Amino acid sequence: MQVTVKLFASFRTGRLPIETRDYAAGTTVADLVSEREIPVAEIGIMLVNCRHVKLDRELADGDLVAIFPLLGGG
Amino acid sequence: MSRLDAYLTGRAVDGLISAACQLDASLHFDVSFAEVEAAILELGLCPARYQRNRQTISCAGQLALLRSTVAVIGCGGLGGYIIEQLARLGVGTIVAVDPDVFEEHNLNRQLLATLANLGEYKVTAAARRVADINPAVRLVPLRRALGAENAGELLAGATVVVDALDNIATRFELARACGELAISLVHGAIAGWYGQVATQLPGDDITGFLSGPGSGAKGVETNLGNPSFTPAVVASLQVAETCKVILAQGETACGRMLVVNLLDMEFEEIRL
Repeated sequence: MQVTVKLFASFRTGRLPIETRDYAAGTTVADLVSEREIPVAEIGIMLVNCRHVKLDRELADGDLVAIFPLLGGG
Repeated sequence: MSRLDAYLTGRAVDGLISAACQLDASLHFDVSFAEVEAAILELGLCPARYQRNRQTISCAGQLALLRSTVAVIGCGGLGGYIIEQLARLGVGTIVAVDPDVFEEHNLNRQLLATLANLGEYKVTAAARRVADINPAVRLVPLRRALGAENAGELLAGATVVVDALDNIATRFELARACGELAISLVHGAIAGWYGQVATQLPGDDITGFLSGPGSGAKGVETNLGNPSFTPAVVASLQVAETCKVILAQGETACGRMLVVNLLDMEFEEIRL
């Protein structure tokens, strides 16, 4: 299945900002995060097709995943 | 027409009252500068300092700002700019909440931090700055850290609350308290080149969007720091939101999070 992953803000540093690739059935958002070596503690909002999801969300063909870092400064 | 009203009407030039005249009226009639400002605006006149506001904010709107109370939680990078802009906008009462003093590493971005006031409480510097800018504005300095146990007390009477905190755990408590108190909250957070803004109106709940799947109390600002321009941008967006909530004008960032990327100059909107 084809999944597009879009990274935002600091997650783009050293990674592709947007990438469409084939993934095996059963791949989750956590797998995409782990593959990109994104620390879970740094993650804020995660979206699949503009809907908020958790790490264990299983992906489907054609999904668009968006991952934003957690911002906490003031 | 009262004697004060007659005094002001007789001194208006093109619908404007100068600060000197406003001060004279305050002394002459033994009423506060802010009370004279209210009288000016009720007459449909305008303090001269707001003449560049007039095409954007009506006299009635300026009066609504004067009669409003905005609580600013945190007086650091975001809070300094927010307080500055609220005072210039003419918000009548600003409640500034922050337990900290200025340190040298604040100088790169915190508007109220100067070499001369290192070691001084941030809310004390905020009160002095506001008094220098606009005597119609009262700043209430509270050297306190907000928490679940005192949020109701610190936020009581606020028309709008502005989140200028520096950690996620307190942000969560603030959003929850504003929800319980049915007070509008304008959230803002920054890290490096990046920032975000969202407005929680009574009945909304943004608490689920302030943290992530980890349990961190801090975000990526721990690694990225905060340069001078990001707090200025995000603070300005927060003050625009605050102004709209008070005036009941325009469309707020309610039900959505605006994510600002100044490095790639992108503004992304996330539906909440």
